[in-house]
Amino acid sequence: MPPATGGGLAESELRPRRGRCGPQAARAAGRDVAAEAVARSPKRPAWGSRRFEAAGWWALLALVTLLSFATRFHRLDEPPHICWREVQRTEESSPKGFSSFCLFFSPQMLIGLAGYLSGYDGTFLFQKPGDKYEHHSYMGMRGFCAFLGSWLVPFAYLTVLDLSKSLSAALLTAALLTFDTGCLTLSQYILLDPILMFFIMAAMLSMVKYNSCADRPFSAPWWFWLSLTGVSLAGALGVKFVGLFIILQVGLNTIADLWYLFGDLSLSLVTVGKHLTARVLCLIVLPLALYTATFAVHFMVLSKSGPGDGFFSSAFQARLSGNNLHNASIPEHLAYGSVITVKNLRMAIGYLHSHRHLYPEGIGARQQQVTTYLHKDYNNLWIIKKHNTNSDPLDPSFPVEFVRHGDIIRLEHKETSRNLHSHYHEAPMTRKHYQVTGYGINGTGDSNDFWRIEVVNRKFGNRIKVLRSRIRFIHLVTGCVLGSSGKVLPKWGWEQLEVTCTPYLKETLNSIWNVEDHINPKLPNISLDVLQPSFPEILLESHMVMIRGNSGLKPKDNEFTSKPWHWPINYQGLRFSGVNDTDFRVYLLGNPVVWWLNLLSIALYLLSGSIIAVAMQRGARLPAEVAGLSQVLLRGGGQVLLGWTLHYFPFFLMGRVLYFHHYFPAMLFSSMLTGILWDTLLRLCAWGLASWPLARGIHVAGILSLLLGTAYSFYLFHPLAYGMVGPLAQDPQSPMAGLRWLDSWDF
Amino acid sequence: MWGFLKRPVVVTADINLSLVALTGMGLLSRLWRLTYPRAVVFDEVYYGQYISFYMKQIFFLDDSGPPFGHMVLALGGYLGGFDGNFLWNRIGAEYSSNVPVWSLRLLPALAGALSVPMAYQIVLELHFSHCAAMGAALLTLIENALITQSRLMLLESVLIFFNLLAVLSYLKFFNCQKHSPFSLSWWFWLTLTGVACSCAVGIKYMGVFTYVLVLGVAAVHAWHLIGDQTLSNVCVFCHLLARAVALLVIPVVLYLLFFYVHLILVFRSGPHDQIMSSAFQASLEGGLARITQGQPLEVAFGSQVTLRNVFGKPVPCWLHSHQDTYPMIYENGRGSSHQQQVTCYPFKDVNNWWIVKDPRRHQLVVSSPPRPVRHGDMVQLVHGMTTRSLNTHDVAAPLSPHSQEVSCYIDYNISMPAQNLWRLEIVNRGSDTDVWKTILSEVRFVHVNTSAVLKLSGAHLPDWGYRQLEIVGEKLSRGYHGSTVWNVEEHRYGASQEQRERERELHSPAQVDVTRNLSFMARFSELQWRMLALRSDDSEHKYSSSPLEWVTLDTNIAYWLHPRTSAQIHLLGNIVIWVSGSLALAIYALLSLWYLLRRRRNVHDLPQDAWLRWVLAGALCAGGWAVNYLPFFLMEKTLFLYHYLPALTFQILLLPVVLQHISDHLCRSQLQRSVFSALVVAWYSSACHVSNTLRPLTYGDKSLSPHELKALRWKDSWDILIRKH
Repeated sequence: MPPATGGGLAESELRPRRGRCGPQAARAAGRDVAAEAVARSPKRPAWGSRRFEAAGWWALLALVTLLSFATRFHRLDEPPHICWREVQRTEESSPKGFSSFCLFFSPQMLIGLAGYLSGYDGTFLFQKPGDKYEHHSYMGMRGFCAFLGSWLVPFAYLTVLDLSKSLSAALLTAALLTFDTGCLTLSQYILLDPILMFFIMAAMLSMVKYNSCADRPFSAPWWFWLSLTGVSLAGALGVKFVGLFIILQVGLNTIADLWYLFGDLSLSLVTVGKHLTARVLCLIVLPLALYTATFAVHFMVLSKSGPGDGFFSSAFQARLSGNNLHNASIPEHLAYGSVITVKNLRMAIGYLHSHRHLYPEGIGARQQQVTTYLHKDYNNLWIIKKHNTNSDPLDPSFPVEFVRHGDIIRLEHKETSRNLHSHYHEAPMTRKHYQVTGYGINGTGDSNDFWRIEVVNRKFGNRIKVLRSRIRFIHLVTGCVLGSSGKVLPKWGWEQLEVTCTPYLKETLNSIWNVEDHINPKLPNISLDVLQPSFPEILLESHMVMIRGNSGLKPKDNEFTSKPWHWPINYQGLRFSGVNDTDFRVYLLGNPVVWWLNLLSIALYLLSGSIIAVAMQRGARLPAEVAGLSQVLLRGGGQVLLGWTLHYFPFFLMGRVLYFHHYFPAMLFSSMLTGILWDTLLRLCAWGLASWPLARGIHVAGILSLLLGTAYSFYLFHPLAYGMVGPLAQDPQSPMAGLRWLDSWDF
Repeated sequence: MWGFLKRPVVVTADINLSLVALTGMGLLSRLWRLTYPRAVVFDEVYYGQYISFYMKQIFFLDDSGPPFGHMVLALGGYLGGFDGNFLWNRIGAEYSSNVPVWSLRLLPALAGALSVPMAYQIVLELHFSHCAAMGAALLTLIENALITQSRLMLLESVLIFFNLLAVLSYLKFFNCQKHSPFSLSWWFWLTLTGVACSCAVGIKYMGVFTYVLVLGVAAVHAWHLIGDQTLSNVCVFCHLLARAVALLVIPVVLYLLFFYVHLILVFRSGPHDQIMSSAFQASLEGGLARITQGQPLEVAFGSQVTLRNVFGKPVPCWLHSHQDTYPMIYENGRGSSHQQQVTCYPFKDVNNWWIVKDPRRHQLVVSSPPRPVRHGDMVQLVHGMTTRSLNTHDVAAPLSPHSQEVSCYIDYNISMPAQNLWRLEIVNRGSDTDVWKTILSEVRFVHVNTSAVLKLSGAHLPDWGYRQLEIVGEKLSRGYHGSTVWNVEEHRYGASQEQRERERELHSPAQVDVTRNLSFMARFSELQWRMLALRSDDSEHKYSSSPLEWVTLDTNIAYWLHPRTSAQIHLLGNIVIWVSGSLALAIYALLSLWYLLRRRRNVHDLPQDAWLRWVLAGALCAGGWAVNYLPFFLMEKTLFLYHYLPALTFQILLLPVVLQHISDHLCRSQLQRSVFSALVVAWYSSACHVSNTLRPLTYGDKSLSPHELKALRWKDSWDILIRKH
C-alpha cells in the first residue's frame, strides 16, 4: 500500500494551486505545472477552467484526508488489550466513572460518551497494561481517537497552504505527517494526545485563516474563523494544560495584529476599538465561557462521591452526593471524647493517618508511622482527649466539655490506641523537622504526646468549630507545629505523605488543619448546607488539585521517562505494548527519516532566515520573486517556528515527569516548517539556476524525491505502529533487522 | 620629537570633586568599624569554610557558584595572612586571634563602597543630569541593606559591583562608538564589559542574568549597526567580530581561567573527594593518589580489584558481598534464590575485593607474564573473602522485581546451575582490542547467559541486607547510564605466597602517573557537571522568603545577635527607598506604555533624543531589575532576601531617572517644577531619616532597649530579636 500512495501523491502534485498568490508566484507555479504537464502527463486535458481548478483542489484535499483516515484506521483493533496509558484513560471514562468523581474532565467525557454510544458497558475493570478487552467493545473509543487524529493531516495541509500559498509545501507537510509512525501510533489508542493535537491544529488553522481574512474585517468568514479559534482554544485548554502554549501563540499573534492595526493611521480609534472588542469577545470571553460551561456540565454529571474525594477540601465534598458530608449534619463544636478526622488545609495533602506499621530502623525512632493519606479510611479516625486524664469522656455521667482554643490535648488513634507523638528525632524526609509517631499503649504515653490546639486568628478560650475553624497543633515540649511536608514516603511508608513537626512557626497551609468528620453521640447535630462552596471556588479548587496531581506524577517501576533533549533527535521511543519476542509489540517512535529531516530543516531555516534578515537589514535589493519567497519564509515560517518553540522549550523548565509523547504537538509544527522551508528553498534554487536548462525541474524533482523518500521510509518502519511479532530487531532473522539505527531504540 | 622644548609639558587634571566626595563617603560608610562584630555573622559561616579550604589548599566542591567568588574572599584571607585554622561551625562564634577579620571583610566592603561612585557614573553616562546622578549615588550610599551586606564577608556586594561595572563600561563603550570607534578607549571599555560580565558570572551564577541583559542590549545595538548603510560591509563585519570576541570569547576564556586557577590552588585531597570520580580523585595529592600510586595499570587475569560504580548516586559505593544470603522468602511473599548477597557498599572494606578470573583456568593468581584482560573477554568475578563467584539468574531482584537478582553462587544441589560468566565491555575504549585499565577504563559487565547488565539500582536493602544498596542484573539496558558502569579503583596483581616473592623479583609493577592522563578540560567538565548536578535537598530555613515578599520588604534576616546585650545586625532595607523604587518602576512602565501607544498613532510627546535616552535608561535599569528578579519565580531553591539586592540596585538607578523625567517633561510651569523639587528634597530627607533610625540594626553597634526595638518593628512580619529578661 505505501508505495502506491506515494505514487498517488506524486501525481496529485501536478494539480494547480489556488489561493491568493502574488503574480510572480503564480507565474512560477504556472511554469512548474506546465513543465510537469508536458513531462509527465501529456494526456491531461487542458486545465484552464476555474471550475476544474476548484474541483482539483477539493479532490486533492479529499485525497489527503482519505489517506490520513486510511492509515489511522488500518488495523485499529489490534492489539486487543490495554496499551500503556490506556489504563488511566479508560478507567476514568468508563460510565462507572460518571458516577464517581474523577480529576480529569472533558476529554474523558468525550471518550466516555463515545464508549457509551458504541455499547461499552463500563464493567471492564481496567487494571494494568496487557489485560485483554475480550468481549468488551473498545473500538468505539479507539475509533473516536483515531477519527480526531486523522484530521491532523488535513488541518496541517490547509494551514501550510494558507501560509505559503504553495500546494507543494502543503503536500510535503501532509506526507510527513501521514507517514510518521509516531503520529500514527499516538492516534490509534485511547489517549488524550490525539484530542489535544486536534484542538491545537484546529486553533492554528483557524488563526491562520482569520489572519488571511484581515483584508475584509467583520465579514462573515472573519467572524467564523475568529470564533472558531476561540472554540478550539477552549478545547485545547480543556484537554491538557499543554493547551496553554497554543493560547500563548494565538495571544502573541493577536497582540501583533492589534499593534499593526493601531499603527494604521487610516483607521479611526473607534474602528481599532471594535477590533479589540471583537478579539476580546471571541478569544477571551468565548473560550472562558465554554471552558467553564464544560466544567459545570462535568460537575453536574459527576456529582456522586467516589474514591477520589479525599483529594478535595471538606467544603467541596459536601456537594458530592454519596459522600458522608453531603447533606450531613454533625455536631458543631468540638468536645472531648469526639471521634474526628483531621484534614490538612493545603489541597491534595489529605487526612492525618496512622497504621500498624513502624518506621523502619535507622529512620528516627522505631515507633508507629504517622502519615497523611488522601483516601477515606478507618485509620484516619482520632479521638480527642484531655492531656491529663485517661477516663472515657463518653461516659454519660460526665458532662460534655468542649475543646477550647489554647487547650492542651492528646490525640489518640482510634484503631491502634496510640497517641500522636513527636520528639527530637529528625523526620524521615525533611531532615530539619522533627519526626511524628504514634506512641504509647492504650492511650498511656508520655509528655511528648501533649499538643496545644490553636485556632488561627482567634482569641483564647473560644470553642472550636468543626470544618470551619482553621486549627494548628503545637507540640508542647519542643514547640514545633504539626504539618505535612507534602513529600511522598518511600515504599515502607506505602507512598503516603510525610507528616512532620516543623520548628519554623511561619504560617503556611501545610501546618493548618480542619476537623472534617465529627462523631459525638452526646452532642446535637447541625446541618452543613451553609458550607456549600460557590462555583468559582469549586473551579479554583479542582484546578489546584489537578495541578498538584500533575506535578506529583511519578514514573512507575520499569517505566522509562525521557529528557526534552531526547525528543527532536528521536533518541528513544516508548513501548506501548509487548516486550518479548513472542509478544505483539507496538513501539511509539517517530519515523526517523521524517524526524531527522525536521531537525535538519530547523537548522537550515535558522540559517537561511538569518541570512535573508541580515541581507534585508543591510538594504540589499532583492528581486521581486526572491522578495516574495523570503516573505513566505520569514512570515509563514516564523509563525510556525514560534509554534514549535512554544510547544517545545517550556518543557525544559518543567519539573514533572516527562514522556516522549509530550513532543508531538511541537513535532506537528516542525513538520509544517519543513514543508514550507523545502518548498521555498527549492524554488529559490530553481530561480537562482534559471539559466541552466534543467533548472525548472529542480523544484518538482526535489519535492517528488522528498515525498517518495518519506513514503518509502514509512514502508520500512510501518511495523512499529501496526505491530510486529517475531524476534527482536537485534536478531538478524527479524523483519526489522537492520532498521535499529540507534542503539537506544528497542523494538 | 623635541616638542617639549618648544612647549612646556602641562598636565591638566580634571577632578570631579563630587565623585571624590562620594567615594570618600562610600568608603566611610562601608569601612567604619569593619572588624565589629568580631564574630561569625550569618553566611560567613558558610563562606568561611571554603576560605579555610583555600588556605589549606584542600579540594572542595560547592554547588552555590563558580570558584571566583570564593577566590576573591580567599584573597582577603591571603593578604591578611590567614592560616585557615578556624572551625566554622556556628553563627555567632567569636573569631580567634589568628583570623584577620578586617582583611577578610575588606574586599566586599571596598566593592560595596565603589558601587556608590559607579551609580553616579552610570546615570551620567545615560545622559541624565549631574543632579540625578548624585541622587542615584546618594540613595545607594544610604541604603541600609546594601551597607549590611557589604560590611560582611559575603559575596552579594562583589556581585553588584561587577554588575554595575559591566553596565557602566558598556555605556562608556556605547558612547565612544558614536564618535571614535576602534579607538583605544573604545577597545578598553568593550573588553572591560566582557571581563566584568564574566567576573559577575564567576562570583555567582546569578551574574548570568546581567550578562544576558548586556548581551541583549549589545545585540540590539549591533542590529542597528547592520542596518546602518553608511558603513561598508567590511566595517560592519569588523564591528561584529570585535563584539563577538569581547562579549563571547573573553568571558568563556576567563570563566575557564577561574577554574584553572581554582584547580591549581586546591590540589590536596579533602572531605569532598568521595563525590568525584576515581580518576579525578587520583589527580589530587594525598587521598586516592596515595593508594593508587604504584598500582599496575593493566588489569590482568588474576588481578585483585575493587569496583566502584561510576554513577555514584545516591552515594558512591563499591561492589560488595558478604557471607549472608538472601532471605528465603521476602516480606511480600516472593521467594529468592537464597544465595549469597551481592550489594554495593559505600565504605572501604575488605569484602569489596574481587578477583578477575579466567573461566578456562582454575588459578586465581596472575600468570607471568600477566595476560591483560581486553574488551570483549569472558571473565568470572570471584569474591576475594568467600571465593564465590558473581552470578545472576532469572530470579527477581529483592527490591526491583523487574530486574534479575545478582548473587554469589552457592550450589544447593537443586536445579539452579551457576551462571557466572560475564563479558567485559569497555565503554570508553579507543579500539576493540583495548586493555582494561585501572581507574581510567569504564566498564560494563554483560551476563553471558541472559545478557543482563550489572547495575546499581539505587535502592537501599532492608535490615537483612544491612541497608546496603541493591545490585541487580538489568535486562533491558538502554544506551549509556552511569549506574551500569564500573571502574577499577584499587588494584593489585594477585599472587600466592611463593609467587609473590617471585613477582617482587621479576615484575616490579609499572608506575603510572594518572594525573598526567587527566587533562584540565576533563577535570573542568567533571567538576562543573558535578556542581550543577549537586542538589542540596533542604528547602527550608527560618529566614527564607518568597520573591513576592521582597518588593514590599515584608521580610528580614536576623544576621547576628550580641551574646549578652541586645545589639544585633539585620538585613533590613530602607523601606522608603524600596517602596519608592517599586513605585518608580510602575510609573516608568505606565509612562512608557502611554508614550508607545501615542507614538504608534504618530503623536510624539518627547523629542527624539529624550525618547532614546528614556528607552536606553529603561532597558538597562528596569531591564536590569527584571532579569535579576523575575527568574526567581521559576526557581525551586531556598531563597533569601539578599537575592533581591542586585535587582534593588538597578531599581535605585531608575529612581532619579524617573524623577528627572517627571520634572523635565511633565511639570509644565516653573512653579510646578519648584514644588516638585521641594517634594523630592523632603522625600530624600525622610529616606535619610529612616536610614539613620535603622542604623543600629545595620551596624549592630548600639544595644537598644526592648522598648526601642519594639518601636522599630514597623511591620508585623519583621523578625526583630527581643531578649525576654
